[in-house]
Amino acid sequence: MIIADKKSIEEIIEEIKDYNKILILGCNECVTVCEAGGKKEVEILASALRMYFLNKGREVKIDEVTLERQCDHEYLEEIRDVVDQYDSIVSLACGVGVQFTAEQYHSTPIYPGVNTCFLGATEKRGLWTERCQACGQCVLARTGGICPISRCAKRILNGPCGGSTKGKCEINKEIDCAWQLIIDRLKALGRIDEYEKLFPLKDWSTDRAGGPRKVVREDLQI
Amino acid sequence: MTVKTPSKLEKILAAGHLAVTSECGPPRGSDLEVITRKANMIKDFVDAINITDNQTSVTRLCSLAACIQLKLMGLEPILQMVTRDRNRIALQSDILGAASFDINNILCLSGDHQSFGDCAQGQNVHDIDSMQLIQIVRYMRDEGKFIGGDDIARPPKMFVGAAANPFADPFEIRVPRLAKKIEAGVEFIQTQCIYNLDKFEEWMKLARERGLNKKVSILAGVTPFKSAGMAKYMKNRVPGMDVPDELIKRMSDTPKEKQPEEGINICVESMERLKEVEGVRGFHIMAIEWEEKVPEIVERVGLYPRPKVE
Amino acid sequence: MQYPSNIIIIRVPCTGKVDILHILRAFERGVDGVYAVGCVEGDCHFNSGNLRARKRFEQAQKILDAIKIGGERAQMYNLSSGEGPLFAQIAVEMDERIKRLGPNPIKLVKRGRFAKVSQKEGRIL
Repeated sequence: MIIADKKSIEEIIEEIKDYNKILILGCNECVTVCEAGGKKEVEILASALRMYFLNKGREVKIDEVTLERQCDHEYLEEIRDVVDQYDSIVSLACGVGVQFTAEQYHSTPIYPGVNTCFLGATEKRGLWTERCQACGQCVLARTGGICPISRCAKRILNGPCGGSTKGKCEINKEIDCAWQLIIDRLKALGRIDEYEKLFPLKDWSTDRAGGPRKVVREDLQI
Repeated sequence: MTVKTPSKLEKILAAGHLAVTSECGPPRGSDLEVITRKANMIKDFVDAINITDNQTSVTRLCSLAACIQLKLMGLEPILQMVTRDRNRIALQSDILGAASFDINNILCLSGDHQSFGDCAQGQNVHDIDSMQLIQIVRYMRDEGKFIGGDDIARPPKMFVGAAANPFADPFEIRVPRLAKKIEAGVEFIQTQCIYNLDKFEEWMKLARERGLNKKVSILAGVTPFKSAGMAKYMKNRVPGMDVPDELIKRMSDTPKEKQPEEGINICVESMERLKEVEGVRGFHIMAIEWEEKVPEIVERVGLYPRPKVE
Repeated sequence: MQYPSNIIIIRVPCTGKVDILHILRAFERGVDGVYAVGCVEGDCHFNSGNLRARKRFEQAQKILDAIKIGGERAQMYNLSSGEGPLFAQIAVEMDERIKRLGPNPIKLVKRGRFAKVSQKEGRIL
């Protein structure tokens, strides 16, 4: 899922401090799971902002709504009738949700309340780590299910580099060397001889480098 | 043995001599004086000189410019090229830039991560890795084409090298990795500096069992310790480095003013032992900020004067 | 056992039941200080409820500091159930701390703005 992390209150305050009617808009999906932008986090932020403004001698209207998700038009429609009551929205959705909401509500200023970090998984509550870079041409079949593009700091396809030490990456002892993981996995699968096959040059045109991407499924479009 | 390029290094190896290379780090400025000075210090004692490419991600004058300077001095440069900072367009372009000055040696590397250097906030490129760079240089040289398919007018004639680290983890794939680089087309190897001679000999043995020593020229990397502090630093703070405790002890037990001398002694003793290892075709002496000791080291191991080749 | 009379005690089965929103909303309503008294760490009747409470108080303190209400107003204490005198001591300590920090600025704003309402209720919010 998409992993996000809360922006600091100071940063959010700096953006919305001059508004008077603010909607805090949460999302019930990824940001709920990584506890950055779900209903609970909306409530916490709203309470803190109310106190901030009261402390400044201002009573600012701060409302709380959490949508199922902000990356689908049908859920964004749910606030169509009330959006004009607000002069700004703080969206705690990931960057996708913030943008999609902005597209639907063209004349309402919108501010992100979280930093969208990466595609990752929950290792345990409070720890989320990156697993995918959305390169558009998945190579996991060749690497025993471990991605060298997202988990190797140098995205080396013929690894490991000379800095791999005791199974850890040269940049940080807490980061696993992706290629050590791949080698261990290929051994466990009895496929270690595949290690010597040279990985061809990667086609990065389906990655960010090729420009903003899209997926079109004619079979699903009427 | 036939040579494929005008490279002096290739010719020396083809003639069966033990080759000697060393390296210079470019300055953190635009004055090439330091390159000229260091090169003059060592030029009669080595066959070719590496110029590092923004080593440890610290921004320096580019390797290509310093290599051109060496070429203009009549010396033999080895262009080190990392894949961290340039995409495949820039890499091919710089290869042609080097070839236009008849620089005939290249060392293909991935490069240390930028977090080690002075621009930790920068992007890294890694469009391709070091193994793919080896393939690209060979392709440009042997097919005379860009990787996009078009012909190159006056293709590069470069002798292709890469690094090998017998001491990085995991040990079990370090020889398969060497085999992979040979498959990619590498022609000479410079190893990471060797302190653990037993481990190196084990790596060489495994390489010989696969006949790899016959397919590539391996130059053993050595670096003399300047002090016990340096020895400890290399043991603890440099990734992929294996420094046995006996060497730390030997340096620490030496009184401070004699430590540099002891460091050179250890280096020379290692080289004498490495000379006897089958498959070692020469040395790569990395005397970082201590280039003035290279002549002494080369002389003491009996590799001076350097052979002349046509 | 004597403790200051301006402390309202809310009993919970475990301090782990206290949510961060309970803390924040109390301050929103104008309360001057919030503290929890839980079991000694390691002795929680429900295993780790008191540890969760501590984390929530720490999170609340950070937020209260960031919005300049004052994180010191929220505190977590631990003691074992038999320590009556310590309970009173904590109450006195908290009371003195809050008196030192002064009233919750939110309360003052609300008092100024909503004077009529608070008089009707008989107790200053």
